[in-house]
Amino acid sequence: MNANAENIIEVTKLVRKFGDRTVLDEISFNVHRGETVVIMGGSGCGKSTLLRHMIGSMKPTSGVVKLFGEEITMMKERELERVRLRFGMLFQSGALLASQTVGENVALPLLQHTDKSPDEIEEIVKKKLEMVGLTGFEDLKPDEISGGMKKRVGLARALALDPELLFSDEPTSGLDPIMTAVVDELTLKLTHGTHMTAVVVSHDMTSSFRIATRMIMLGHGGIVAQGTPDEIRNSPNPEVQQFIHGEADGPIPLNLSQEEHEDHQHVKPRPFVAARHRFHRKTG
Amino acid sequence: MKNYLQLNLNLLYWILIAPFTGQFFKIGPIFRQMVAIGVRATPMVALTAFSVGVTLAMQAAHSLESLGAEMYIPDLVMLTLLREMGPVLIAVIVIGRSGSAVAAELGTMKVSEEIEALEVMAINPVQYLVVPRFLAMMVMLPALTIFGNYIGILGGWAVCRFALDFNTAGYVLRALESADTWDLYSGMIKSVVFAWLIITISCNAGLTVEGGAEGVGQATTTSVVQALLAMLVMNAVLTGIFFFAA
Repeated sequence: MNANAENIIEVTKLVRKFGDRTVLDEISFNVHRGETVVIMGGSGCGKSTLLRHMIGSMKPTSGVVKLFGEEITMMKERELERVRLRFGMLFQSGALLASQTVGENVALPLLQHTDKSPDEIEEIVKKKLEMVGLTGFEDLKPDEISGGMKKRVGLARALALDPELLFSDEPTSGLDPIMTAVVDELTLKLTHGTHMTAVVVSHDMTSSFRIATRMIMLGHGGIVAQGTPDEIRNSPNPEVQQFIHGEADGPIPLNLSQEEHEDHQHVKPRPFVAARHRFHRKTG
Repeated sequence: MKNYLQLNLNLLYWILIAPFTGQFFKIGPIFRQMVAIGVRATPMVALTAFSVGVTLAMQAAHSLESLGAEMYIPDLVMLTLLREMGPVLIAVIVIGRSGSAVAAELGTMKVSEEIEALEVMAINPVQYLVVPRFLAMMVMLPALTIFGNYIGILGGWAVCRFALDFNTAGYVLRALESADTWDLYSGMIKSVVFAWLIITISCNAGLTVEGGAEGVGQATTTSVVQALLAMLVMNAVLTGIFFFAA
């Protein structure tokens, strides 16, 4: 069997720099069909940046990202749209269109990209909302439902076109434990039943170990560790152990100084703020 | 500036070329935007135009009475409204009301990741968000201008009929006689050009927002200031071309 044909995502030597700072440094990994890969790592380690490169909304400084065997880094907007129809993306905030109802949000990809009749679309919307436990919410506006509900509507929308590949940015943050279990089970059902591939960015260790077939831990711009959930659980790497057990003491630096933090967030240094801090240190 | 030109080229593609490749624009969103941008602005436009008509007639009466030329008041109201005050003032209202609303709406969508979500769903934000607003503005600003012209002339009539010695027929005849079709057309051409400027500047300001709620506020202000300046400069240029160069 040709191993490459099974690769849904191939990331090769991906480098992304913001100014002088290298956020992603020669990251390489593959995702095979049917896998659920969880990408984890501390805040600001480049998880979201990596995700944005995989969906084609950021262009790398160098390196290659291939989705379904096609290189997306050099693609024009129109070619990219063709690839984007094959995957769904759940944003951290849900990213629902605030001016449209829940039902219209879920129907949006169907209306734009299929020739289905309004009745068929209504049927699909109902089914997708039922899958995420939101039957009967079609006519509410996004600002009338809770954050967790928005996220689930976002998931229903991401699944509207029955994608082969699902990207989720923190799918379970802000959900209660029961809803987390529901979303996890849904992910498992989809990946097992329909051979959907999932790439999940998450902090939630319980949920990650429940759904992952493989885990990748990012840190210092590179991959710190990767393997099956068991391998990660038994990893000798102290950073991994600290992260999965959520301990305050360990090799991962805790309190970044302000300079380091700004460096981290790739914002321009703010001389006035620094001056104010110096002033307070002197006087305070 | 690069973003702005790119947006214009993109728009031209979606309006002139895409319909012939089977991607015709959807009518529903255009009508929804026509209501938001145009229909809801009618009370403000009416009030402004009426006040301007009244003011013009009073100023004209004041100056022309000393020359004994009161009979030319309708001419002055009519020509000023059709050529200048109508298109310009109604554009000002629409910039303040609808242009800023468009910039704020698109800006909020940008900062709440909605635009990125559209892109990831393979929905082009220019096609989905900008085209309906653009077409709605291109129809509604000239329509509002015609409506405003009528109301302004009504304002002039109110002054002439109730404060001066005009009768209604005299006012209407005089006003119609003074104006040429070109006076109306030049105003309409202006308002079409203004519509283009206003909506592209507002959409561009909204789509290029960065930095959260503060960014949205700044973009809204920028859109109003830029649209006003662009519109007034363009008005001077067009007046020069229409009434001076020829």
